[in-house]
Order: sequence, then structure tokens, then C-alpha cells
Amino acid sequence: MSLLEVKNLQVRVEEREILHGLSLTVNPGEIHAIMGPNGSGKSTLSHVIAGKPGYEVTGGEILFKGENLLEMSPDQRSAKGVFLAFQYPVEIPGVATMTFLRTALNAQRKARGESEFSTPDFLKKVRRVAASLNIPQDMLRRGVNVGFSGGEKKRNEVLQMALFEPSLCILDEMDSGLDIDALRVAADGVNALRSPDRAMVVITHYQRLLNYIVPDFVHVMSKGKVVKSGGKELALELETSGYAQFEDAA
Amino acid sequence: MNVVLAKTETANATSDVIAVARDRLPGTGKVADLRRQALEAHQRLGLPHRRIEDWKYTDLRVLMREVLPLAAAPDAEALKRAAAALKLHAIAGVRRIVLVDGVFAPTLSETSDLGKDINIRTLREVLEAGDAALQAQLFAPDNSDAMVALNSAMMTDGIVIEVADNAAIALPLHIVHIASGAAPAAMFTRSLIRVGKHAGATLVESYIGAEGAKAYQVHDSLIVAIGDGARLDHVRLIEDSREAFNISSAVVTLGANAHFNTFGMNNGSLVSRYQAVISVAGEGSRVETNGVNLLNGRQHADTTLFLDHAVPNCSSREIFRAVVDDRGHSVFQGRIIVRPRAQKTDARMMTRALLLSDEAEADNKPELEIFADDVTCGHGATTGALDDSLLFYLRARGLSEKEAQALLIQAFVGEAIEQIANEALRELAISAAQRWLAARG
Repeated sequence: MSLLEVKNLQVRVEEREILHGLSLTVNPGEIHAIMGPNGSGKSTLSHVIAGKPGYEVTGGEILFKGENLLEMSPDQRSAKGVFLAFQYPVEIPGVATMTFLRTALNAQRKARGESEFSTPDFLKKVRRVAASLNIPQDMLRRGVNVGFSGGEKKRNEVLQMALFEPSLCILDEMDSGLDIDALRVAADGVNALRSPDRAMVVITHYQRLLNYIVPDFVHVMSKGKVVKSGGKELALELETSGYAQFEDAA
Repeated sequence: MNVVLAKTETANATSDVIAVARDRLPGTGKVADLRRQALEAHQRLGLPHRRIEDWKYTDLRVLMREVLPLAAAPDAEALKRAAAALKLHAIAGVRRIVLVDGVFAPTLSETSDLGKDINIRTLREVLEAGDAALQAQLFAPDNSDAMVALNSAMMTDGIVIEVADNAAIALPLHIVHIASGAAPAAMFTRSLIRVGKHAGATLVESYIGAEGAKAYQVHDSLIVAIGDGARLDHVRLIEDSREAFNISSAVVTLGANAHFNTFGMNNGSLVSRYQAVISVAGEGSRVETNGVNLLNGRQHADTTLFLDHAVPNCSSREIFRAVVDDRGHSVFQGRIIVRPRAQKTDARMMTRALLLSDEAEADNKPELEIFADDVTCGHGATTGALDDSLLFYLRARGLSEKEAQALLIQAFVGEAIEQIANEALRELAISAAQRWLAARG
């Protein structure tokens, strides 16, 4: 069974149709890159999969492990194994990162009927993953993302991905606002999470990120649809020819 | 025309209350004279209403309507019910002093082995046989506010605490006000704490109702005098029955280089008002006054603070947070006055309200009056709902809607709770907030 099946998805935001019949199939172990110009609907797709309010699905469906994802609340999707790494992770003053991580992990485990992590086990796990991502301990004591640099915020997203062990990771413009060193650290973290049971959908405007996270498939989106799919060489082709050819195709 | 009529009715009602209570009110001679003056003032003013600027948002003629008769002195049954309530609200690591239905309850209190550094007496003792200076201090609050005047006229008991100069009292003193009975009645109490020069103490006041105690009225006041170089940490916890009324006033005076850290948490009572006048009268003093209201149902809670900077080189901080659900109504009025002599004053006030429902209401009224030219003063007020982008982030990480809200609300009130200096009391406030959040379901 496919992990994620998006079939003929149509989505509106305030009377304006953003996605006009988008289809995408993702199997376990695969990495898919979704590329496209600004306004092509890439982020909308990621938001609709994660369950962000404000989007109206007017047609089509999304199946996750064969279940209707659109009927689930964002927290149910998370517990089922959907993880969205935000393009702009929010700052939450007054909620310590450690408290947030433990609350989230235990909420997901509880929803799956699993026992909660004991504090020592949890701390051990967080410390190990944080060290591998160069996340210093004092960052974990601060409010969630408060005062973090762009790179630190993205690493914090990867840290969560590593802790929650989702089966589908959607990385929304992970490279935005990162310099090359910060990008490499975050990408290494993502690559460490590649596994035959886990799939990733990497949304990006630029080919650059795909030098670090090498995809199996590349899809080009334009005006709310996938207009071309191919292997990783498609990304390189786009780098030289640009998106203009597809704007006409759509 | 209506106003005059209402006033007359209230005044008559209060006269009846007083007439019935007369032989239970301690003090004769000068004390009785002062009571009479206070009563006359109250009758002249009647219950506060919306056209009295200070009471604009808390119209007691509408919300409370009348002053209930004085509660009977507690009998053995009442004390038993109070003891049961006390068990449910026990705080560890404090010295407990209990007032049941407005009367000191020695059997429930821990007032033995006080040592030489603290002297504790009841208000009754002091009014009946205390020295004139202390009696005068107990009547220091003037009669311009109708509810303070009523309290002066009717105070039946309370706790008078004197902390000796240079004493460091480690164990917090905890005054517990318990309403024991099902019969609607009113309690009138006044307490006083005098912290000697260079001394330090912690005072907790909490208000609870025994099982079955419902629409009772608490009329309380506190007089605080902090000596030069002394420090008082103060925490108030309003956990009254959800049908109860709690009208409390405080008058605080700080000497030179003194420090007052006060925090109030209100998640009980139907209608409450806490009005405090803090006079920074000695140079080099610091005041931190913080609070949290957690309201739902039809609860109404009003915190009205008046900070009076009269002398140079003092600082004050006010952090207030209100979380209002259902049809709750939170009021915060903070007035800071910086008098001409009070140069180098550093005064700041920030009040924020979080509305969890469309019908919730919050009124924030910060006021700054500055008559000195070399000061740092600021105030701010915000009212809003929870941030949708934060809620979605948390939900995308697996938290249910309620869990996500709870985490954000805890962070919101945390800013005020963190200001409590005593760690055990800070934990107490945090767990009170968590209980409130858990009860939201």
C-alpha cells in the first residue's frame, strides 16, 4: 500500500482556488521533491496534508496508510505519523523547549495507546539527538524557538522529527533563510533519518537543497498542479532552464 | 432620583445589619466612636455603583445588591466543617492562622511556640485592650471608600501580627479565611502586619468555603507597614465558593529601602474586588505587585491598584494577567502617581488579558500621573485571543486543542507567577493554575 496518496486534490482559500486537481503518490522509503515557482501552491499542499485550518478542500482526497487523512484533526494526523517541518517555525515564549518536546511526544504516544516515556529515558533520548544536531543544552531550556537563529529553528524542527519518528516528513522550504553551513547541518540531520519505512516530501524553490537531500523523484508544480515528474536530473534541468516553460504548460 | 432611593434602601439595610451585630463588635470608647463615623460614612455613600469612577466596572448595587447579616460565631459543627475544608486546601510548610466565619479559630491555628520575634494577637484583643497607637493604625484607612468604611464599622476579628526588628521569619504565615455555613451571611475581618526594621517575613492569605457554603460575603482588609530595610513577601489566593462575594482592601506603607513583593491569584468567588493602596513613602524602596485572574462561568473579578510614589529613588513593577472564559469579566485598574518630589522613580505596569470566548470581557485601565521630570515610567495593556499560528504548531505536534490551549495559557500566566519570590508558593500558584486548566476538560 502507498504511504500517501493525493488524488485530484482541489483546494480553496477564501473563494480562490489554489490547487486544481493535484495528484501525488508516495511510497515508504522514497524521497520526493516538489519544486515550483512562488505561488504555485507548494506550501498550500503541505498545509492541507498537515491539517492547517483555513483551507477548504472542494474535491479529491488524501489517503494516508489507506485512511482518509482529511477527516482527522491535526493532532490525530501527527499521532498517525505525519510530520510537517515548518517553513517558519513559530516562537512560543514561556513554554520551555524541553517541556514542549515531552508534552508533544507523550501526547502522540497516548493517542496511539502507547505508554508515556519516563523522564530519564526521554532526557537521554533528547540529549543524544540534540548532540548529533549540534543543539546545545541551553537551547532546550529556552522558550520554544525564542531567540533562535534561522538555522537553530530549522535544526529544532529536525530534532523533533528525530524524536517523534514519523513515517511521513514534509519539509516546507527548509532551506529558506539558511546559509550554506546551516543548511548542511540540517540536511545531514534529515539524511540520518532516511529509512526504508519513512518517506519524505521536500518542498523547495531552489535546486540547492537537493544537492544535500538527494531525491528519488522530482515533481514540478505550477498553478496548483503537478505539471511534470521525473528523476533527480529534472531538478538540474530546472536549474538551467528555469520555471518559465512550465508556467505556459499549466 | 433612582440613585437616592437606592442609597436610602442600602443604608437602611446596613443599619439593620449593624443593629443586630452591635454587641458582637469589639471595642468601646474611641474605637466605638471611630466605628460610628465609619458607619455614617458608609451610609452616606451607600454601596458603590458605576457612577463612582473607581467602581465603574464593578457596580455592587447590581452585582451584590445588599450586605448580608453578620455570620454567627462558629460553633463546634462549623469548626468541624472548616477543618474538613482546611484539609482539602492544605499548604505545607507554613504557620497556619485560621479565621472561621470571620472569627479566630485557635483550635485550627498554629500559634504556639511563636518565639520572641513574632507577636500575634487577634483583632478583637487589640480593639478591646490594645494600645491606642495600634488601634489608631487599625483605623488608618479613611472612610472615602464605601466598602473600606463598612469594613471599619463592622470588623469583628482578624489577625494582628508584629514582626520584631531584624527578625528573619523563615516560615510563611498563612491566614486562612473559611466560610463554614450554608446560611448566606457576611464576615467582616481586618488584619494587620507590621514588619520591623530590617526584618523579613512572608504572608499568605487564602479564602475558601467549606462544602455547602455558597453565597456568602467576605469583607476583608489588610494593613501592612514595612519598616526601613525590611521585606515582606505576600501571596493572596482567592478560592472562594463560586457563588461567593469577596470584597477586600489593602493599605500598604513602605519605609526606606524596604521591599514588598505581592502576588494575587483569583480563581474563586462569583464577584470579587481587591483594592490596594501602596504608599512608597521611604527612599530606595521596591514594590512588585503581580496577579493572575482565571475566570469562567459568570465570574467577575476586579483588581484595582493605586501605587503612590511620594519620594525619590524607588521602583515599582506591576505584571497582571487575566484569562477569561465563558461570560467571565476581568477588571484591572492600575493607577500610578509620581509626586513632584519622587525623582528617579522607575515605575512600570503591564496588563494583558486573554479572552477564550466571544462573550468573555476584560477591562484594563492603566493610569499614569507623573509630576516629576526625571523618571522612567511606562505602562501597557493588551487584550486578545490565543494565537492561531501557535495553536496550529502545537496541534501539528500532536497536542489536542485543549492541551495546546492549556500549554499556551500556562505560559501566558507564567510571566506573572514567576515573579513570586518564594519557590514553594510559586509552585502552589502554578498548581492552582494547572487545576483550573484541567477542570476546563
